[in-house]
Amino acid sequence: MKMERIEADVVIVGAGGAGLRAAIAIAQSDPQLVIALISKVYPMRSHTCAAEGGAAGVKGADDSLELHFNDTVSGGDWLCDQDVVEYFVRQAPLELIQLEHWGCPWSRAEDGSVAVRSFGGMKKQRTWFAADKSGFHILHTLFQTSLQFPTIRRFDEFFALELLHKDGNCRGAVAMEMRSGRFFSFHAPAVILATGGAGQVFPFTTNGAIKTGDGMAMAYRAGVPLKDMEFVQYHPTGLPGTGILLTEACRGEGGILVNKNGYRYLQDYGMGPETPIGQPVFKTMELGPRDRLSQAFWHEQKKGNTVETPWGDCVLLDMRHLGEKKIDERLPLVRELATYYVGHDPVTDPVPVRPVVHFMMGGIDSNLNGETPMPGLFAIGETSCSGLHGANRLGSNSLTELLVSGKRTAQRAAGYAKETGRHAEDGAVTAQADAVVKGVRDLLLQTGDQSLAGVRRAMRTTMEEGAGIYRDEAGTRATCEKIAELRGRCGAIEVNDKSNVFNTDLHQTLELFNLLDVAETVAEASLQRRESRGAHQRLDHTERDDENFLKHSLAFRQDGGRPRIEWLDVTITRSQPGVRDYSGGKKE
Amino acid sequence: MSQRTLELEVLRYDPEQDSEPHFQQYSVPCREDWAILDALNYVKENLDTTLSYRWSCHMMVCGSCGMMINGEPVLTCKTFVRDLPDTVRVEPLANFPIERDLVVVLDDVMEKLQRAQLWIIRQDPPPVDHEFTQSRGALQKFKQYTMCINCMCCYAACPQYALDKEFIGPAVLALAHRYNRDSRDQGQSERLNTLADHDGVWQCSFVGACSEVCPKHVDPAAAIQQMKVDGAIEWWKQRLPGSKR
Repeated sequence: MKMERIEADVVIVGAGGAGLRAAIAIAQSDPQLVIALISKVYPMRSHTCAAEGGAAGVKGADDSLELHFNDTVSGGDWLCDQDVVEYFVRQAPLELIQLEHWGCPWSRAEDGSVAVRSFGGMKKQRTWFAADKSGFHILHTLFQTSLQFPTIRRFDEFFALELLHKDGNCRGAVAMEMRSGRFFSFHAPAVILATGGAGQVFPFTTNGAIKTGDGMAMAYRAGVPLKDMEFVQYHPTGLPGTGILLTEACRGEGGILVNKNGYRYLQDYGMGPETPIGQPVFKTMELGPRDRLSQAFWHEQKKGNTVETPWGDCVLLDMRHLGEKKIDERLPLVRELATYYVGHDPVTDPVPVRPVVHFMMGGIDSNLNGETPMPGLFAIGETSCSGLHGANRLGSNSLTELLVSGKRTAQRAAGYAKETGRHAEDGAVTAQADAVVKGVRDLLLQTGDQSLAGVRRAMRTTMEEGAGIYRDEAGTRATCEKIAELRGRCGAIEVNDKSNVFNTDLHQTLELFNLLDVAETVAEASLQRRESRGAHQRLDHTERDDENFLKHSLAFRQDGGRPRIEWLDVTITRSQPGVRDYSGGKKE
Repeated sequence: MSQRTLELEVLRYDPEQDSEPHFQQYSVPCREDWAILDALNYVKENLDTTLSYRWSCHMMVCGSCGMMINGEPVLTCKTFVRDLPDTVRVEPLANFPIERDLVVVLDDVMEKLQRAQLWIIRQDPPPVDHEFTQSRGALQKFKQYTMCINCMCCYAACPQYALDKEFIGPAVLALAHRYNRDSRDQGQSERLNTLADHDGVWQCSFVGACSEVCPKHVDPAAAIQQMKVDGAIEWWKQRLPGSKR
């Protein structure tokens, strides 16, 4: 069967918040440009919908861009690229206003302006929110807004397989139509990857089933490095069993964390002294940053202070003092999720929670403009690593990132596409696309004794063991070796389903290959960063080491071997590395 | 956690192999706190890798996993083993063509989402560098209708859609009404011109099944009734002397 060929000016892979924002920006800037928007799910299924708490952007008269900058950079343990942070905090309010103009149903203050709430690691109230369904409303607002632009040509339920490139320049991508199994080659001078995170690398994650690092893996296989992959964010308050997120807004609104003795243990981990119940204080106790809170849990568990539940050890998130009215107004989804999935209504009961893999600070090496080292290839949102989040992302910075990076990169990509122009049909590129198709066809014929679920389970187990909240040389090395072994076993996975029609057995096998690509970079970078910084904590190198590691890691794919790690300087403009202070001003 | 074995009767259909759909039985050891989606995932991982269905978030918000469970359109991540009998019939959403197994063809509703102009329409430019002012009361007028996750359970329940696929249907009409009721929007008459005709609100026979099955309590039936009133008023407004029409 001949492959279908699609010509466009910009190809966007991923139709979540970042991909949709980029598509709209291109459509608005130049209606002559044809955009091919590829997604393995319908846009409104994208995982942006699961974000709850809100999106950060300076709002109040008592706040400033400088304060947002400082919170982000210290929250990221000074691994942030400060030029990126400066641009981000400046554009953030403008993008959130734009979303308001497009109809996002933001929650409102008494005077009818958009309300803001407190979030972890933030010195002021600057998190815009729509109750606790902020990501859902942002995604649907963007999706519905995008429907008015005829130049956005959607390819829903198309599974992207590989990038096409020639002489080091990106030229397009190959994808499979999921309903038919037909292959399509997409050709464009500019390709934007917006495929989100890769939480499915781990056994216990807030991330949906679709978060399999597809874009990261495609870029990596095309020779583009993945940056800062060792920085994996554990969100401190996931529901046990399912890993469902209970938003940081639970604590922003005044919820507290207690151990089995009813003691607010965070005060023992550099985030005290204790604050009055129901009166949260910025940047301390329950409003500390996520990395510190998740690490505190680990210590409490070691001390035997956690609560045993049918789903494992937990601490308790107590919101009872907020009252039913406030919980229903501000946290209705949290109430529903906790009640349905663990049988605890936060109005009447403390809710058991534990840290859960939530976000990849790392991703495809990119800069302020979303440009990657491969000309013509751009990356935005969680799949990228522009250096915005450093070693630990602050809650509510990532929803805003989708908008800010989506718009800016769209403009760059559109400009690049116009300068470069469409390429004529090219034998070498066509051959590359044919090889991708052959790879998938060969996979369907592969036989062997390995199961997809078995290899996937083994990957997740070893990642938790060697690249979890705390790491050490021996454990992480064992994980690196295990991942290499699992890669070998992939050659013996048999895809039982041979159908061309919506073959999820095949899709999940391809996703597993992507997950293993991402996993090996996480493990290798964790092994080689011999210091502790932000979300990367080493039991054998407990201090931050600015002399040797105030640097981004870059993981390059090596044929037949483990990834090669290189190091890249961090861009520092005005904030020199200092002490992260979460004592609520007591130490300042 | 207590366990119970459920007998799942799952509708299977591969258009390349099967002349028509058939049921396949799986015995699944379930925990009582599982959602039925967890039982399907157990089948997929341990019993039969060829079973196809859509799912992603497992937290009632992405809208992917709508199916018929014992004849009712539900989100499978929100339907729990503890509430189900020992035998559970799992079928794709009713009123849609089957693409494969539990996956349905959504082309029709996707086209209708496009047609309904689900975006803010303005005659005047928006405020410069700041947001619209919108009171909490004004937000409440449409907030409920923004909660639609497009799971399409309401289409599977709608007797009118079952009879006539031209009917625009509950979710899309509720979303259109959401924009009509938004104080920032000025596109109501444009939208009503499309939606208040014979394929639109007037086809609804007000059975209310859509609102009963909605997992997010959107109440499309109420939206459609309000739109009928709005549509009637709009019809008269456009015929008054001095109107633009």
